[in-house]
Amino acid sequence: MEIKLLSEHYDKPEFQGLDGYKKLGGYEPLKKAFQMQPKAIIEMVKESGLRGRGGAGFPTGVKWGFLPDNGEPRYLLCNADEGEPGTFKDRLMMERAPHQLIEGMIISAFAVGSHKGYIYIRGEYNEPTAILQKAIAEAYDAGLLGKNILGSGFDFDLDVYQGAGAYICGEETGMISSLEGKKGQPKLKPPFPAVQGYLGKPTIVNNVETLAAVKYIIRDGADGYRKHGTEKSAGTKLFSVSGNVMKPGTYEVPLGYKLMDLINIECGGLKPGRKLKAVIPGGSSAPVLTAAECADATMDYENLAQKGTMLGSGAVIIIDDTNCMVDMLKVILHFYHHESCGQCTPCREGTGWLHKIVSSIYSGTGRLQDIDLIQQVADHMAGKTICALSDAAAMPAVSFVQKFRSEFEFYVREGRSKVKGAVDAQV
Amino acid sequence: MAFSQETIEFIKKECQRYETRRSAILPCLYRAQKEDPNNQVTPEAVAEMATLMELPEVQINEVLHFYTMYNKKPVGKLHVQVCTNISCSMNGGREMAEHLCKEFNVNYEEVSSDGRYTISRVECLGSCDTAPMMQVNDKYHENLTKEEAVKLLKDM
Ligand SMILES: Cc1cc2nc3c(=O)[nH]c(=O)nc-3n(C[C@H](O)[C@H](O)[C@H](O)COP(=O)(O)O)c2cc1C
Ligand code: SF4
Ligand code: FES
Repeated sequence: MEIKLLSEHYDKPEFQGLDGYKKLGGYEPLKKAFQMQPKAIIEMVKESGLRGRGGAGFPTGVKWGFLPDNGEPRYLLCNADEGEPGTFKDRLMMERAPHQLIEGMIISAFAVGSHKGYIYIRGEYNEPTAILQKAIAEAYDAGLLGKNILGSGFDFDLDVYQGAGAYICGEETGMISSLEGKKGQPKLKPPFPAVQGYLGKPTIVNNVETLAAVKYIIRDGADGYRKHGTEKSAGTKLFSVSGNVMKPGTYEVPLGYKLMDLINIECGGLKPGRKLKAVIPGGSSAPVLTAAECADATMDYENLAQKGTMLGSGAVIIIDDTNCMVDMLKVILHFYHHESCGQCTPCREGTGWLHKIVSSIYSGTGRLQDIDLIQQVADHMAGKTICALSDAAAMPAVSFVQKFRSEFEFYVREGRSKVKGAVDAQV
Repeated sequence: MAFSQETIEFIKKECQRYETRRSAILPCLYRAQKEDPNNQVTPEAVAEMATLMELPEVQINEVLHFYTMYNKKPVGKLHVQVCTNISCSMNGGREMAEHLCKEFNVNYEEVSSDGRYTISRVECLGSCDTAPMMQVNDKYHENLTKEEAVKLLKDM
């Protein structure tokens, strides 16, 4: 069953504006936070078990604790680049509940001692940007942003910055380069942004959903938040479900929720007469699960890791038996090849090779040894580059080939898809 | 073509808005593109930006060429960007893109003879639950069929 914490009021139009938001309890947690010591908030976030919702799942409170105590100005950046294919939950939040994000950011800024924040939002999100800008203006007018917020003595300025169409700007150091007005190329870590980030200053980067969740941790306490989810995966999560289900959409369920329940109960199951073939559980970077593996999968960090995949951004892509896996992989690899920033040879060349090999199978000119070549190329790509995009391309490629090898072999042998009608219409 | 007075004001204001002037490059490039009759950023616009912003042209060109949303060649009045990433492909996004090219008699990335349409295939736009979908200029259009997409575009 859905547990609506963040998304409780998303269906109410008035939740978008400041008045409606306040009537529904908005900005009360902020007042509560101002009664606390910043360090106590960081502790509370640690105890809550909140992990980053942007993809990597790093414990949020622990990240905040990495900030050096050197008196330098600190920046808080919200990652609203949302480029991982299959992900759309941050857009929903920014459109329906912009103040939820703003409140989460003020509380987080207070906790980490930052006086300037940016929401880095992808260039295509014009409507959410306009909504956020309006909400930020409302917040300034109401004394919720700017100097001496609600008489607390705490100052925080917030602005929105739009990217311009580059997936790599979702990677935190790429995002920082972009915000500095440069190419969005990632940088080698360490130094981590918490030590040396925006303009070389200590910087915390968190996802939209992570920052919004902080508000509910303050409201309900660490234990209250932990009531949802599992021991290692605390809280609720917004899942973006798309692909071949009756009711695709964003659903908030506790972590640890059964994948098949998400598909059958929340999403109304598959289309009549169709069979489940595969699920990509955490955005297109996540290794694919077969239908058999889905049977006992639960949506939490540990179970999906055990199954060799990941929760990622919470983008669940449901694939039924009318799809050709060679075709799906070709689409995925086209994306990573297109989005590689080109700094690292294994990534730049590897994504290109993978895409070429799978495209040649797709066009009927593949050789049987090409199937193993995919694995070999992928081996040279993982863990050898500045950022994780290279891994993000290699991992799905390997999983598709390992788990659906017979489809790849059939395609090579026959020069056509094993799935009737799946690719005839495609270009 | 020189920038309008409003754009010059905009650029000057953006230059003050962020911690460094360089951060203003991305928003100012958008502005330059919006003002261009062919919806692109020309070398002349880059040169004018560089002067106004007191930044070397190379810094502006670096940004211009890295990001896909800045057009380096002319684009039709309606820039139709059809998502062909995974969830949209599963729901007919690729056929829709193909159909639009045929219907408006134009190749991808080119401008139709009447100057109205440029069709592009783009990566995931964060609207996968409403596949297939397309972005036309600034706006998303979701849950489409290829016939509806044609009608929508003709009516614009
Ligand atoms: C190639 C790549 C793309 C990424 N894209 C996003 C993104 O669109 N949104 C996001 O929040 N995190 C993205 N991340 C993860 C960020 O680098 C970073 O871990 C995250 O923003 C931290 O926030 P969190 O701890 O709250 O999740 C991406 C990472 C990589 C390697
Ligand atoms: S791994 Fe790929 S995307 Fe990441 S920095 Fe290297 S080349 Fe760029
Ligand atoms: S796959 Fe088309 S919007 Fe995400």
